[in-house]
Amino acid sequence: MRAELRVLAAGPGVTIQDAGRFGYGRFGVTPAGPMDPAAFRTATGAVGATAAIEVSVGGLTLESVDVPLAMAIAGGGFDIRLDGQSLPPACLLALSSGARLTIRAGGWGAWCYLAIGGRFDLPPTLGSLATHARSGLGPAPLAAGDRLWIVDAAPSPEAACALQAPWLAPDAAPIRVMPGPQDDYFSPEAIALFLDSPWRLGARSDRMAYALEGPAIDHARGHDIVSDGAAMGAIQIPGSGAPFVLMADRQPTGGYPKIATVIGADFGRLAQKRPGETIHFRAATYEAAVSARRALFAALTQGPKKNPLFGDMTAEALLASNLVGGVISATDDPTH
Amino acid sequence: MAHDPPRFCDQGETALSVEFGDRVDPAIHARVMALDSALQIDPPVGLRETTPTYRALFVRYEPLEIDRTSLIEEISARVANALATAGGERRRWTIPCCYDPACAEDIAEAALALGLSVDALARGHASADYRAYMYGFSPGWCYLGGLPDTLALPRRLTPRGATPPGAILIGGGLSLVAANPMPTGWYVVGRTPEKLFELQRQPHFLIAPGDAIRFEPIDAASFAAFESRAAQGETLARCESF
Repeated sequence: MRAELRVLAAGPGVTIQDAGRFGYGRFGVTPAGPMDPAAFRTATGAVGATAAIEVSVGGLTLESVDVPLAMAIAGGGFDIRLDGQSLPPACLLALSSGARLTIRAGGWGAWCYLAIGGRFDLPPTLGSLATHARSGLGPAPLAAGDRLWIVDAAPSPEAACALQAPWLAPDAAPIRVMPGPQDDYFSPEAIALFLDSPWRLGARSDRMAYALEGPAIDHARGHDIVSDGAAMGAIQIPGSGAPFVLMADRQPTGGYPKIATVIGADFGRLAQKRPGETIHFRAATYEAAVSARRALFAALTQGPKKNPLFGDMTAEALLASNLVGGVISATDDPTH
Repeated sequence: MAHDPPRFCDQGETALSVEFGDRVDPAIHARVMALDSALQIDPPVGLRETTPTYRALFVRYEPLEIDRTSLIEEISARVANALATAGGERRRWTIPCCYDPACAEDIAEAALALGLSVDALARGHASADYRAYMYGFSPGWCYLGGLPDTLALPRRLTPRGATPPGAILIGGGLSLVAANPMPTGWYVVGRTPEKLFELQRQPHFLIAPGDAIRFEPIDAASFAAFESRAAQGETLARCESF
């Protein structure tokens, strides 16, 4: 059975993403995939989906047409409303026939994932549904008037739940980076300047790269390297000395020295920054990066706690119980 | 500089750059490709993907399945054997290329900048043996070494508009085949009617890194005829082993 969703409004940069288009880097194909992989996995894991809608600060309004659909939402602190009623920014809900879901930028965060129980009735490109708008691979970015068809729809939950995912909570701790692979292109002073300076996320930041504004980082051995492969989170320093972090839509290779690479466990926290926000970095060892990765993967595998929300809960009550922060006290959980 | 044994450089906890040198060089690239094929034939646990580039193999892995030290040991063991088994057959593609200015939008501009006639540029480009080093920038953009020194031209200061499909370009001392349209700082000096990247066909990408490439000049009338044959699904480029 196919269920239909209608896109009533979609801001720029709202796309369908799965884990990424891997295996074709050798042919110049960008992996794409989610900007915040931890939030993506939280939402998709809650409904057993492999793909989700990545909502930008441009926002999204959807309406369901027929059968009720299970949906999970996770990401930054977005403003989520179901038929006008406020929901916590990480939640599991049933979108009943004719219901309208609105996701708008909220207090913090740049990306929010809406996963639907079932799968999008869309053909994969090179084995993936990830949208890479620049090369035209994958579905086009969503726009008002689009219809999305869901097949193999999963049973929807009886009642809406808040998802308690503390790993998605905002955290001002520095973003951890591992030095390299071209840290030998920089003097120890330049590396220290990079690690010790506050950086401002520039306006020209998008799914391809996050531009950093701060002191110029000088090269000790020139600013051109013979191009090599580039990982998600690699921090390139071009001739201008202004760093940029390669994000989900990065080119698979690059020709500027890479001073350091953001560790996987901190990638989502960086991705959720908005232009104008301040970012601090801190050096991490390989062992620390793997340990943080293991802890995050364990939490994601276990999944978020589900705390039922009640139908008579008003937006004010939700705010009062701190649900909008995405974290609620265990004593609010009637299953305990 | 060549690195023997290779250098292992971290790109975070999920990728290693295995560097065989720091320049564009066929011998260094042969070592990259030899390791690439050894890892494809016998992948270590936890290996996710390898991407060959001019001088390094980019190796993506899952550190919760194999730790860095073990992966480096596995790679080093394959490096030792890879070149011995590598000197085998390579593929050579002969790719039709139209150098008529109707197809080659920038050939007059590039010839002027090089101080050559359009014919001399076209003859020079078609006379060379190229090596496919790597893809990058965009799907189906494949960088070729072997451009004659007389055709070495710096990239433009400001990019030109989107390339036509199947553009053959020069810039920065290299040549490039560009399957899909994108803006670029390089010069379009030819166009192939061949579909070098086609989602509806297996393989999706005709040229693989490590392949040898030659261009066979065709005139504008042949280009039109070839283009309609390619649209019917025919492969026009010829491939031989050597």
